[in-house]
Amino acid sequence: MNIPELLDGKRVCVCAGSGGVGKTTTSAVIALGMAALGARVAVVTIDPARRLANALGLAELENEPRRVAPERLAANGLEVTGELWAMMLDPKQTFDELIDRLAPSPARAEEIKQNRVFRELSTAVAGSQEFTAISKLYELAEEGDFDLLVLDTPPSRNALDFLEAPRRLNSFLEGRALRAFLRPTGIGLRAIGLGAGPLLGGLRRLTGIDLVAELTTFFGLLGDMTGDFSDRARRVEALLHSDSTAFLLVTSAQSEPIDEAIWFRRTLEGGGFPFAGVVINRFHHDQNGQPEAPADGDLQRVLADALGTDLAARVHGNFEDFHVLAQRDAANVERLRAELGSEPVLLVPHLDDDVHDLAGLLRVHRYLFASDAERARLIAESVA
Amino acid sequence: MPIHLLDRRILFVTGKGGVGKSSVSLALGLLAARRGRRTIVAEVSSHEHLQRAFGHDGRRFEEVELGPGLFTISIDPEHAMEEYLRVKAGPIGQVLGHTRLFQALTMATPGMRELLTVGKIWELAQPERRTRDGVPYDLVIADAPSTGHGIGLIRAPRTFAEIARMGPIHHQGSTIAKTLADREFTAIAAVCTPEEMPVNETVALHEELVGYGLDLDAVAVNACYAERFADAELPVLTGALAGAELPRTRAALRAALSERARADVQAQQLDRLEQVLPGKLIRLPFLFAPAIGPAQLDALADALEDQLA
Repeated sequence: MNIPELLDGKRVCVCAGSGGVGKTTTSAVIALGMAALGARVAVVTIDPARRLANALGLAELENEPRRVAPERLAANGLEVTGELWAMMLDPKQTFDELIDRLAPSPARAEEIKQNRVFRELSTAVAGSQEFTAISKLYELAEEGDFDLLVLDTPPSRNALDFLEAPRRLNSFLEGRALRAFLRPTGIGLRAIGLGAGPLLGGLRRLTGIDLVAELTTFFGLLGDMTGDFSDRARRVEALLHSDSTAFLLVTSAQSEPIDEAIWFRRTLEGGGFPFAGVVINRFHHDQNGQPEAPADGDLQRVLADALGTDLAARVHGNFEDFHVLAQRDAANVERLRAELGSEPVLLVPHLDDDVHDLAGLLRVHRYLFASDAERARLIAESVA
Repeated sequence: MPIHLLDRRILFVTGKGGVGKSSVSLALGLLAARRGRRTIVAEVSSHEHLQRAFGHDGRRFEEVELGPGLFTISIDPEHAMEEYLRVKAGPIGQVLGHTRLFQALTMATPGMRELLTVGKIWELAQPERRTRDGVPYDLVIADAPSTGHGIGLIRAPRTFAEIARMGPIHHQGSTIAKTLADREFTAIAAVCTPEEMPVNETVALHEELVGYGLDLDAVAVNACYAERFADAELPVLTGALAGAELPRTRAALRAALSERARADVQAQQLDRLEQVLPGKLIRLPFLFAPAIGPAQLDALADALEDQLA
């Protein structure tokens, strides 16, 4: 199994996973590889390594996909028969554009964008990246200019934030609960059997009155737009649940990311999202497992003959250390596999170099786009 | 030169996901406790990584003792809000805190979750605790979930002090903001690994903090490979690999060359970081272990011991 087989018939690929597992790299490699095979692909990425952005020819924070020059790719030995487009998401600008689109007039849009609650919402608040990333994905899907969209989800410790944060922000924007509060005679308050007096009093005590006024102004400005937010949220959910969407879990083989991956997969399944498979980066293949190998004492002796005792001891100690990591990785991957159904697991070995440029992407590409047999050969080659 | 980090009341630990931030937070806590400071490691998120490392579970939002002088708590905004209301508004606060609509309102207010979280961290660090039966701590280590979230936490009090121009939130926000800006009281440390992206993020964090009138006190660079093989030994290893025939011998030699290549890449990143943040780097060893447990945390605390004043 490889990426092209996994994404057969898909129009959207969401790369999800906890922080620091190589989501950005994996997204870029998938987009690159699929473009090489002839598709028109856009990768939407968030805060990639600057050198990676440079490698793809991206200026910082541009909010529309830009085509990666085929010569750049060709110069690194990859012939692209399709088109690779890439963009780096600017959450603030995406949010502003959304308001421009939904506001009844430019004047109103401007007022909203100047509002303090909105400014806070669109920049500082955890969740604005997630919200705008999904929003952008939806817009690009609607425009229909690409065969495949690859989304690199924002960095967070918790993979699930990606699904939850936009919902939280949306429910704020829809503002049902808040409106009930902010209208002094709101039915919301009566419905729960409390007068507005003590509740608003408590609110005032907690927040200071200005905040309430600020929120009231904000929702006054949004006016009828909240219906559009709800409507949009429904269509975004529909896109994420569509058969033509694939959620790909990206993880490393360490215990915590694997725990997260297991948990995330259950959540995806529970939520009815189309889960396609797992990419495990930085896997330590066992270099010490060949049964036909000489016994340990012999290895030390062979090494000592070639290297002298001191260097041989260090080479041997290093070998043992990496063997511990290989065993750990194998056990964690087994644990993950036990949770999966028929979904494939694609392993990318721990490479000797940091992956942050085009050459690095192509090294990963070999593993993700190879056939099973080809991949096995590559790994055997790198191991012994 | 040893770095001063554990002599404050609050220590924010922030950094990119996957760099071992929680382990480093705990190791810092272990070291502070060893030095006789009553310390609590506050995990900001609804996960229980920390307590699991010590074999605890359950009881997440309470202060749990992990070892002598070392405690942990998981801070959750909803829970922090209920507690705050209880303290501030008495019985009516308690009723409010349990009102779903009220919860929806406060939790939906942008930045409120961060404010409540940082408010709880601040409360833990007070010489006289606000909560009933609260025993004061000498040091509160806040393990923030990600760099962005860490910045959000640090910024929230000031933002709120500005939005609510008067009233208790304004007052509370200003007080906490002042505490966080006081470098005698609060320290900020970043955790990263010596790799391109974590280093980029640390440099960006540093710039953002400086723009905000704050600064990083230290950067703990986690998972550094030891310098096992000298330059002069490289040709020896390469030559031996060319002559080796047994698969396992070849594998051992390849592993050595890989380690050296990775160590080189790390050294470049460490140099880059050192240039931006001279004298602020703490180097922590790569741990070759199946998982991070008490023994590994002890090893990290030992490594910190030598580098922290």
